[in-house]
Amino acid sequence: MGWLRLAIKYIAYHKFKSLILIACIFLTAFLPIAIGLLLQQFNQKIVARATETPIVIGAKGSRLDLTLHTLYFKTPIDETIPFSHVRDIRDTEWANPIPVYSKFTAKDFPIVGTNLDYFDFRGLRLEAGNGLVTLGDCVIGSKVWEKTRIGIGETLISDRENLLDIGGSTPLKMHVRGILKTTDTPDDWCVFVDLKTAWIIEGLGHGHQELADVADEESDLKILNRDDEKIVASAAVRPYLEINDSNIDSFHFHGETKDFPISSIIAVAPDKKSETLLIGRYQAGVDDAQAVIPESVVGQLMSMVFRVKQFFDANAILIAISTALLLLLVVLLSLKLRQREMDTMFKLGCSRGTILLLQVGEMAIVFLVSAVLVAFATGFVWQISGGLVQRLLLGQ
Amino acid sequence: MIEIQHIKFRYPRSEFELIVQQLSIAKGEKVAVVGPSGSGKTTLLNLISGISIPRSGSIRINDGSISGMSDGQRRDFRIANIGMVFQQFELVEYLKTLDNIMLPYLINSSLQSSSSKRQEAKELAEQVGLGDKLNRYPGKLSQGEQQRVAICRALITRPQLILADEPTGNLDPKNKKTILDILFQQCESKNQTLIVVTHDMNILDGFDRVIDFEQFRVATSDTAVSEGVET
Repeated sequence: MGWLRLAIKYIAYHKFKSLILIACIFLTAFLPIAIGLLLQQFNQKIVARATETPIVIGAKGSRLDLTLHTLYFKTPIDETIPFSHVRDIRDTEWANPIPVYSKFTAKDFPIVGTNLDYFDFRGLRLEAGNGLVTLGDCVIGSKVWEKTRIGIGETLISDRENLLDIGGSTPLKMHVRGILKTTDTPDDWCVFVDLKTAWIIEGLGHGHQELADVADEESDLKILNRDDEKIVASAAVRPYLEINDSNIDSFHFHGETKDFPISSIIAVAPDKKSETLLIGRYQAGVDDAQAVIPESVVGQLMSMVFRVKQFFDANAILIAISTALLLLLVVLLSLKLRQREMDTMFKLGCSRGTILLLQVGEMAIVFLVSAVLVAFATGFVWQISGGLVQRLLLGQ
Repeated sequence: MIEIQHIKFRYPRSEFELIVQQLSIAKGEKVAVVGPSGSGKTTLLNLISGISIPRSGSIRINDGSISGMSDGQRRDFRIANIGMVFQQFELVEYLKTLDNIMLPYLINSSLQSSSSKRQEAKELAEQVGLGDKLNRYPGKLSQGEQQRVAICRALITRPQLILADEPTGNLDPKNKKTILDILFQQCESKNQTLIVVTHDMNILDGFDRVIDFEQFRVATSDTAVSEGVET
């Protein structure tokens, strides 16, 4: 195995040149593999989430935006639908409607207003603490806890929509009641609240000091007009920023809840027939809403992504061919430069076969090292691809 | 030791033809082959070492006919019996001194490297004054030192015959003498035959015989070649 020793010594002596060759081969092989892996993971994750979600109902417009918003809570949607759709669907008994309202954030994590059915539907279990009990409670995903370290009993404040919009939604100090178990889904990155809490953040409901109880000395400041039917308060009456036992009774909503907005509805039909009837209803006669099947929408998206990938694959093949040709050129030039060395070895009694073995061995070592690096890098990408794709989907 | 009879050799697409009618070299003899460039001195060494094959005639070394051997047999014969030294030293740039000396053991499966052989290589290097330069690459050695490494490489297999092609051609006068002294000393101590090809007429002292190869050579004119002139 003297040839192997010589080959190793040659590579070690020309380490920088060898490293350049290794880097060329590594990059040529690794990049398409890494892209393929990430895409595979992306496809797996997005399809799995979509398949688990049978029907999504939301405002008419982009089917993809509606689907992605309902699955990942990140893609913003322009239009909402009224809560009355939830009642309508419930009345048909074709499906259990789970409302989703995700417009606000807390420390940049989406606040998802929903009901307790969502937790059962997604199979979300508590790691610690309790579920949602009263207005102003929240349950956080495991990643939210990891990133913020805000624990049970502590509070989390919703982000102001726009710092310059002082008339916009008022931040709400939410009480963290529980932390969910890790599911490796977008739910890990969410702050869950009751739908009504989300509406309070929206400003549709609020709590403040009872105006009838305002003392006379404060009435000039806080009450603009008072008659038998109504009391008009001034801006000096500040709404409560936190819901607690002492002020919870003062919280109330203005208007009809059936008109309150929700982003979408996840409709869980008991059987295929009900599912078909529900979709048919929305295809035929509902003007302001549409029903989409996430699996189908995501399938269309992914088929387009894979069509684009075919161009990348063709590109990768061309790059691989050009790299191979360049490597061939390098090897041929190297052989020419080393002709005297090979002649000397022959004169010293080395067989032509051993000389060939030496040259092949050197290239084999370069390819082997590249392959090992590719394997390690691929393993690493495989390890992190889940999280990476999740972050990509969630925009974190 | 070496018996050459009626050999003829011509390189492909060359007008030049080397013809040697008869040449004998005894065991332990130190022979210098002199002559101008292009007279066929190096070709003669290639024929003796079996690197090139004559079209006709025979070359016998220790009663073995080189010209009658297969490629593999000639290679094995060369490994076992012949050490070679070149004008340009021809050291392997990516091997340190000790590995360059041990090169025949790295490239020939018929030679078994061992720790004792490595020890022998170190001792050989010590004898030629390279004991403190075993871990240096050729690029870090002077030309005289490089040629000494090449000589050690030729000697490490304990060959019966040393063929040196212009071994002092690239050296200054001081190094020329040193290299020749080392060659003579090593060959004498082990009774090895030494054939040195050179066109340098100033280094001929110490050789048992000097062959003026110009008188051996027959080019295209197919002139007969006879025994050379001894000096």
